Amino acid sequence: MNTAGFFVLGASHHTAPIEIRERLALDAEAAAALHANLAGVAALKEITLLNTCNRIEFYGVGADPSAATAVEAAFCSLRSFDREAFSRFRLRLDGRQAVGHLLSVASGLDSQMLGETEIFGQVKAAYSEAQMRGFTGPVLNRIFQKAFQAAKHVRTQTAITTGQVSVANVAVELALTIFGAVASTRVLILGAGEIGEKTARAFRSRGAAELALASRSERAGAIAADLGARAYSFEERAAILGDFDIVVCSTAAGAAIVDAAMVSAAMRRRPARPLFLIDLAMPRDVDPAVAGLENVFLYNLDDLAKIADENRAARAAEIGRCREILEQRADALWAQIEARLPNEAGPGPFAPTPPPLPRP
Amino acid sequence: MFASLTDRQWLWCAGGFYLAGLLLGTLSLIRGGRPSGGRMYALIAIGYSLQCIGLGIRGHAAGGCPLGNALEISQFTAWSVITLYLLVGAVFRSSVFGYFSSCLAAVITLVSLAIPSWDATRRAHIFGGNPWIELHASLALFSYGVFALLALTSAMFLLRHYSLKSKRLGGWFSFLPSILDLDHIGVRLLVSGVFLLGAALVMGSVYWSRAPETVSIPKLAATAAVWVAYAAALAFRLRGRLLAKRFAWACVALFAAALLSLEPVDASRHPAPPPHSALLR
Repeated sequence: MNTAGFFVLGASHHTAPIEIRERLALDAEAAAALHANLAGVAALKEITLLNTCNRIEFYGVGADPSAATAVEAAFCSLRSFDREAFSRFRLRLDGRQAVGHLLSVASGLDSQMLGETEIFGQVKAAYSEAQMRGFTGPVLNRIFQKAFQAAKHVRTQTAITTGQVSVANVAVELALTIFGAVASTRVLILGAGEIGEKTARAFRSRGAAELALASRSERAGAIAADLGARAYSFEERAAILGDFDIVVCSTAAGAAIVDAAMVSAAMRRRPARPLFLIDLAMPRDVDPAVAGLENVFLYNLDDLAKIADENRAARAAEIGRCREILEQRADALWAQIEARLPNEAGPGPFAPTPPPLPRP
Repeated sequence: MFASLTDRQWLWCAGGFYLAGLLLGTLSLIRGGRPSGGRMYALIAIGYSLQCIGLGIRGHAAGGCPLGNALEISQFTAWSVITLYLLVGAVFRSSVFGYFSSCLAAVITLVSLAIPSWDATRRAHIFGGNPWIELHASLALFSYGVFALLALTSAMFLLRHYSLKSKRLGGWFSFLPSILDLDHIGVRLLVSGVFLLGAALVMGSVYWSRAPETVSIPKLAATAAVWVAYAAALAFRLRGRLLAKRFAWACVALFAAALLSLEPVDASRHPAPPPHSALLR
């Protein structure tokens, strides 16, 4: 076994509950201070910090095992965390296992929401930051580049990232199957429920042409302003329904606020263009009879949750295939790295530059 | 080796490539994946090239557009469908559209080749050496290709509509284009088809007005009825009277009727001598 080695050290949602992760999280200043401390560790050759809401992980290359121990000591000291207590939540992997872990993380296989792609960007940002500051060397550069390739391969060759798994994103995905592009759609939000607001934000982030809000809630004005939406009075809903392509309902009304007659009248004004109604309220805001109308598509909370569950199950079914691909890649990568590790690791200690690391 | 292939053998090869596209797509869909757009396009393009060679040999031997029997009419219709697919397929950005097109082309080309009676005789000189009549016939059949593509997009619309209404969105339903895109393409195809068939009928009517005895009434009635039916569908669609699912069903039904109309059109032609040796070599 080589004395020089690649390691990962940290904690994630798999090993530590949220209250512990909160205590361990590093802000930009703390990260900079830690890097400054680690600059004095001669055995530490290269390092990259991955700091997200679900994980804080150090990927490092050391001349000997003392490098990882030094990183742990400096980290615990900075966070005022007892080392013995930390060991209960600690993730510590070396060599081939650490490589496999990085590949899983970058591919979204280790994420709380299986297959999510945001982590790929976060890993990439963490690596770019470390590279820019001169914290990486030949070993980390190779491992991270190969991890990105593996993650892209898994994403394109398996169904691990297909289908949305949150209600808001499922709604957006459904809108795409109806309208082709969200950018050409006008979205009306009825009510000021939290889930409706989240869905509105999902449409906004995908570039919906127009957002409008009609609500009786006192929060309506503030929410509309926050969303950049036009505000209407709730009583205007029947008159304006036909002007919109997508209607998201999330009121706290005790009975249906959108009925078949109202939708029929709206459709007469826009017969050739479909209308997509998303009913996220409980009890339901839209009369179920609306679903029978021509060119009208009605989905309620259960429908969206069911699609999200199906997508989640489809992703889970791909795990085995993904792991197989990643295992093969990790084996091949580690075989290359292990042979060269003593010679290729950076000269160390790395020299952190003054600007602090932002939290990804 | 290629020089020794007959026109029919080229057409068989073309049908084989269309069939390969169909099998590739089916295999991908069974495995739960999307058919590869690039591979699908390549298979169809190769099939199309081979079909061009086969039809070219027949056209060269006939001294005009090869529309002398049921086989040639079928082949020309499939050729028209694929021509349009290759021209507008990229707009769809959907390999499923290629899959549907290869299905249709494979069925038409292979079935027409497999029925010997469709190619047993060939009517010669059906255009009487008049290029306008030849253009009339080829435009009319090309419009049938457009209507075939319209029927395909309508079938895709109905599948997408069913998936959205029944809330079954997984599996291969997820590879279908959006319902609005399908509707827009359908309207454009209908406008193109009505225009092309209308132009063909105008050309034919000029010839008919000069020599009415050369055009049979069943043929005239059948083709005029097809055009009127499609034009009516277009008018209703543009006026908002025939929309969404009903519009799609109408396009599928009209294409079935249009195919039936080919029988009186083909039967109206004058009897011809036995097939030319070059054609059945």
